[in-house]
Amino acid sequence: MYKAKDGSELFIIDGHVHLWDASPENIRNIHGKQFIDCFYGYHASLSPPEQLWTPEKFAKYGAEQMVKDLFIDGPDDMAIFQPTYLKDFYKTGFNTLEQNAILKKRYPDRFILNGAFDPRDGEGGLEALEAQAETYKLKGVKLYTAEWKGDSRGYKLSDPAAYKYFEKCEKLGIKNIHVHKGPTIIPLDRDAFDVADIDHCATDFPNLNFIVEHCGLPRLDDFCWIAVQEANVYGGLAVVLPFIHSRPGYFAKVISELLFWLGEDRILFGSDYGIWTPQWLVERFMNFELPEEVMKETGKELTMTAKRKILGENAARLYDVDIASQRAKLSRVEMAAA
Amino acid sequence: MNARHDAEGHEAAGNEATGNEARIAEVRAALDRVTDPELDEGVVDLGFITAITVTAPDEVDVAFRLPTYWCAANFSYLMASDMREAVLGLSWVRRAVIHLDDHMYVEAINEGIAQGKDFTEVFPAGDGQDLSAIRRNFALKSFERRQEMLLRHLLAAGHPPETIAAISLTALEALKLDAEGTVLRTRYLERRHWPQDVMTVAEGVSPFAFVTRDGERLMPETLGIYLRHIRRIGLNAEFNGALCRGLLASRYPGTAPAATPDFIGAG
Repeated sequence: MYKAKDGSELFIIDGHVHLWDASPENIRNIHGKQFIDCFYGYHASLSPPEQLWTPEKFAKYGAEQMVKDLFIDGPDDMAIFQPTYLKDFYKTGFNTLEQNAILKKRYPDRFILNGAFDPRDGEGGLEALEAQAETYKLKGVKLYTAEWKGDSRGYKLSDPAAYKYFEKCEKLGIKNIHVHKGPTIIPLDRDAFDVADIDHCATDFPNLNFIVEHCGLPRLDDFCWIAVQEANVYGGLAVVLPFIHSRPGYFAKVISELLFWLGEDRILFGSDYGIWTPQWLVERFMNFELPEEVMKETGKELTMTAKRKILGENAARLYDVDIASQRAKLSRVEMAAA
Repeated sequence: MNARHDAEGHEAAGNEATGNEARIAEVRAALDRVTDPELDEGVVDLGFITAITVTAPDEVDVAFRLPTYWCAANFSYLMASDMREAVLGLSWVRRAVIHLDDHMYVEAINEGIAQGKDFTEVFPAGDGQDLSAIRRNFALKSFERRQEMLLRHLLAAGHPPETIAAISLTALEALKLDAEGTVLRTRYLERRHWPQDVMTVAEGVSPFAFVTRDGERLMPETLGIYLRHIRRIGLNAEFNGALCRGLLASRYPGTAPAATPDFIGAG
């Protein structure tokens, strides 16, 4: 929960968090080492200096630290786990649904579990998805369309194989499809410039929501153009928001573009924890005001209502969270714990 | 006698050193024109080039690095290939060896470039996506970004939309501009004139200075809307530039982060 200066309370849903293990013991090969080094590069280059972690802590911060950073020191009321398997790089995987589920069991009201699939896994993958959905009551998945697999250099969401999975998702009640369309962090090439596939699947599956993580940056131009035409396309702010510290003027321009093209109902906050912690991100975002000349350019304002939606209400709508009752539930649990 | 020999010897060595430096400078100037397509900035300015060595009178070795181990293979390949071509373009160079360091596909890329192979030969994939399509796509983005910067500069300097829309290429080239405007014009014209296959209009090169990516002239009434559309291209490139500089500095500590170029301005 975040208490605004005017005394009002904001319910915060962090749309993008991870609990990973990139400790030396879990690293399988050079790729695993380079992968966490790259994540650390994001952390180091976009965090305020007082928020910097050591590489050792960054590699494995653990569940206790995470709960503290998100819910105790941080303002999050709930957080959505987005898995990243990477079993080729890490012995037990980098950040898997199975690992996340352990924490979800301890804090059932705090976490939302998302799964994952890869259309290139064919029939077997469909069965695995069904089992996953049943075990964990999934409402969302996270996809990496540009992940290299064998000889394949990625897939498109508009591929017939992907459509089979979307049909399955509809049947299983998985309605939120988070797609990584952002900076290069996985062996990839195609998605480095392509968000066009979203256009097709968003039209063909109007009952599914497509949340484009990192707002398709570095393809903001294509992304906005698609999003404006498809009402079920959303933008996730992970990686975009930290620019609020290092390049606030730039962040102002990007968020105003998003407000202009997508509107305040289709933007979702995500810290991308542990790359960044929600405390400073939310604090800065709440105190952030669009410069006059940027407002003039798009005619859009970043109002308190918009902030409230971006930080929690939009995600609540997608994940069927009733904020009032969830808030009551969380305060009961806290009182019981105290 | 001895002293004269010494002096001659020194002089000869001095000439060689000067010659070598001059050659290195030529190579650097050639590499200056190679850009990272996503960032639309030069690979030299970005701090990607780590060493230029003239290994023989007609041979050059260029070493470069990227902000991450994961930088997309196609963009990495494209840059390496452009570097090779740029260096081979120098009259005295017969052999150019390009070395990428610290990258997931370092061997495949270095070998492929050395053998002058096409990207799709080195990284075969079913989708047939080759580098020329990427080149074209990013040349157009670069064209629009540079155009937007110049257009905004001209508007801010008081040139009305009607004049801007009607100005010819030759008039733009002759237009009196301040220092910033001159840089922006040079950058824009680089893309306006090149590559020809990208900007060619059905009826040949448009006489108007400002045209859309399809070669149509801009209309004063819709200039504002047009600028709003192409604005996002610059936001992309700026995002990439800031991210890549930060990642490079974090990956190679001790090397000063390359400064943001003047034409971008403060964040």
